[in-house]
Amino acid sequence: MSLLTDKATTHTDPSSLASGAAVPDVSRGARKTSFDVADFPVPHGREEDWRFTPVDRLSGLFTDHPTDGLGTGSEAASVTVQAPDEVLVSTLAPGDAPRGTALVPADRAAVVASAQTEKALHLTIPAEAELAEPVRLTVTGHGAGRRSNGHCVIEAKHHSKAMVIVTHEGSADHTGNLEVIVGDGADLTVVTLQQWDDDANHLGQHDALVGNSATYKHIAVTLGGAIVRINSNVRYAGSGGDATLLGVYFADAGQHLEHRSFVDHNAPHCTSHVTYKGALQGQSAHTVWVGDVLIRAEAEGIETYEQNRNLVLTDGARADSVPNLEIETGEIIGAGHASSTGRFDDEQLFYLQARGIPERDARRLVVRGFFADVVSKIRVPEVVDAVMEAIEIELSQATE
Amino acid sequence: MTTLEIRDLHVSVEIENGTKEILKGVNLTVKSGETHAIMGPNGSGKSTLAYSVAGHPKYTVTSGTVTLDGENVLAMTVDQRARAGLFLAMQYPVEVPGVTVSNFLRTAKTAIDGEAPKLRHWVKDVKVAMSNLRMDAEFAERNVNEGFSGGEKKRHEILQMELLHPKMAILDETDSGLDVDALRVVSEGVNRAKESTDVGVLLITHYTRILRYIKPDFVHVFVDGRVAEEGGRELADRLEEEGYDRFLKVQA
Repeated sequence: MSLLTDKATTHTDPSSLASGAAVPDVSRGARKTSFDVADFPVPHGREEDWRFTPVDRLSGLFTDHPTDGLGTGSEAASVTVQAPDEVLVSTLAPGDAPRGTALVPADRAAVVASAQTEKALHLTIPAEAELAEPVRLTVTGHGAGRRSNGHCVIEAKHHSKAMVIVTHEGSADHTGNLEVIVGDGADLTVVTLQQWDDDANHLGQHDALVGNSATYKHIAVTLGGAIVRINSNVRYAGSGGDATLLGVYFADAGQHLEHRSFVDHNAPHCTSHVTYKGALQGQSAHTVWVGDVLIRAEAEGIETYEQNRNLVLTDGARADSVPNLEIETGEIIGAGHASSTGRFDDEQLFYLQARGIPERDARRLVVRGFFADVVSKIRVPEVVDAVMEAIEIELSQATE
Repeated sequence: MTTLEIRDLHVSVEIENGTKEILKGVNLTVKSGETHAIMGPNGSGKSTLAYSVAGHPKYTVTSGTVTLDGENVLAMTVDQRARAGLFLAMQYPVEVPGVTVSNFLRTAKTAIDGEAPKLRHWVKDVKVAMSNLRMDAEFAERNVNEGFSGGEKKRHEILQMELLHPKMAILDETDSGLDVDALRVVSEGVNRAKESTDVGVLLITHYTRILRYIKPDFVHVFVDGRVAEEGGRELADRLEEEGYDRFLKVQA
């Protein structure tokens, strides 16, 4: 077993220990999950899992309230599905399996989204099907502050291979659950793009159950929205599963972009790799990354590594980064984590400018370089292009 | 024919309790094709001179002038100075994660020339220059200075000098940290650039050993922020025998 810890830069927020208000979990695995709204009071912001989030601006998403305009044809958000012919598109009522097998709500936003979604969208990729084209799901918000609830179940049957791209655009107060079941030997990539307008709020719980020798990749790209919080969680349904969680985010002035992940190593011989990278610019741009990994006693022979890197481009921005690794067995191949938050390096700028490269181009080169490794792991050309283009736009807005 | 002229240059830096003057009136003229060695003890201000001419924001020019063919260098941004033809081979080149050498070189070449180099020629030029410096082809795909050894960093600096064709190159202790073989390879690179482009060279060094490979036309001894003595190549030989003691004693 090897334990790699980036000691110099690992950040643990001491305020969480000192305040007395936030009580740390006994174990990450012991945190409450339930389908009952009453089990999750509206958060006040001192809870362990809400302590970084501006909950006072999210009351509209915590109420146990149906989607605005439900059944009128002018819902707060519309969902379109574009899928290859092999994909079965249907709906699931609460309690209809497989709904509820991979995702049990773990916070207030997820439980109201679940309770207020009578018909969850259900996408099934048949066994052994290999989709030539991605399944595209587009969630379009139709008004700032309008409440929207969503729950979607993606089921990739055994030995299938597919990609699902979920795009969020427009504006709404959206709570959205994504429940993913990756069958034995299946290979599924889920991309979630947060391209919201500036006044949208979005809280999402994305849970995956990864089958025997299955491969799961979750890619979160968060660029738009006022407050966005995506929780990407993984459990295993058998041994040999492989999960990769990737994230790219770019926060501008006033934006709060939060990503949390929880990999529950509850089975032997599985692997997980978590990489989130973000840039921040502008007054009170705020990003949060909390990466939890639990290696249970039965998770022998597993390997896990998680890292988060943040690049702070201007004064007034704040990045919180908290890796948590909980290990209940030493019989593993490796476990490690790293976290760092750095300011833009003026020496890099000088070096590039001293080679004739104008400041603006030099900055662009450095930021592109910062994202290069995580972007290269995405391996989905259209997503890579979209990310790089968005980064260009963010940077040009900064220097104009 | 290009002339770099430094006149009565005074430079200071911010330190914890105020400012400290490091350069105290430097005068120096370098013309195309000439090689000037600047030698001196540690802390005499040699590197400060290099970084001040390149425009590093840490250094404040309090008086004096620096001109390149009459143009006021001090009024230019760092990148404008490079595009005007100045080049600084750094003692401690910085890492630029995620930016490959190949991408970096092409971006720099495009910036310096004002247009993208013709792809076919460029690829060949880079290949030849790298092979001359005994650099492996895979080097081009590594990230700039990331995980480079000391010798690799210096070769990479000279590679840029050979490819970017500056009019004036300042080499800041390019010999430091190099073993004899690497020193020879790097020196050959500088000599190739001198032959092919008539570049003027300002060679900053603490030791004389690099001067066995790169022959200076002029030697300037730098002590306490100014030129204390000037001469031809023979001055370097004398320094090798006597060291800097003579100058430091005068100072004391």
